[in-house]
Amino acid sequence: MPIIQAQGTEEVHPDILLVNRARQGDVQAFEQLVKQYDRQVFRIAQHITQNREDAEDVVQDAFLKAYEKLEQFQGNSKFYTWLVRIAVNESLMRLRKRRTGRMVSIDEDVETEEGSMPRDLAEWRPDPEMMYGQSELAEILRKTIQGLPPGFRVVFVLRDVEGLSTEETAETLGLSVPAVKSRLLRARLQLRERLSRYFRKNEDGTK
Amino acid sequence: MNCSEFLAQLGDFLDNQVPTGLVGELQAHLEGCEHCVITLRTTQKTIQIYRNHEIYELPAGLRERLQAAILAKCKKGC
Repeated sequence: MPIIQAQGTEEVHPDILLVNRARQGDVQAFEQLVKQYDRQVFRIAQHITQNREDAEDVVQDAFLKAYEKLEQFQGNSKFYTWLVRIAVNESLMRLRKRRTGRMVSIDEDVETEEGSMPRDLAEWRPDPEMMYGQSELAEILRKTIQGLPPGFRVVFVLRDVEGLSTEETAETLGLSVPAVKSRLLRARLQLRERLSRYFRKNEDGTK
Repeated sequence: MNCSEFLAQLGDFLDNQVPTGLVGELQAHLEGCEHCVITLRTTQKTIQIYRNHEIYELPAGLRERLQAAILAKCKKGC
């Protein structure tokens, strides 16, 4: 079992210490990792499966699988990234089960020109999210992101919401770095375009 | 630099990954193009809003069920 130790002044990530304790049978150390990351894993699963029941199952399956496979965690990637990779795979499996016969295309490029050139060029209000109540805003954000092609949505969520690097996102999804960058930009521009109708200064876009 | 060329670099620009030599060109374009300023600003805001607002909250009881499942697994195998 590779135990990661500090070399010189290099700091060991606290997760690695928890993983090592969990490997030695300390279940509370693993529970600590659960508390740290269950929200993120649930969000990712919900974004991919678009189904709350499936997302709950994914959280459970992903953490149990991570617990079982802890010995296989090499420590050359972050624990979080490793966990996300398991969660993404579990989510895709759920999605495929639910949509037997239908294409699940997070690994395919999507032929769409939408968002490749900004059309809505209106300025937004200074604090656009303050125009809506919390639950109304959450509904707008959910509806807007649900409209993205799945392959764009998952890249945006991993990269911009959950904070994985471009390289980690590419590795997690089995995509090339240029493919991640291209999808990320199109996802960002499509979301921007769609949110613009809620957040722009003027109803008709004129000054 | 025109708007399409600016847009091609927008992703890297947002992530501070534009090669140093190109930053000046992008900034020069922004100085003369209100449309690209708006696109940049509203795209930044889009990312910020999604990052700052939790749109799917952890369902009540999920953490507890998960911990119980892990404990059960542990009793069997650790």
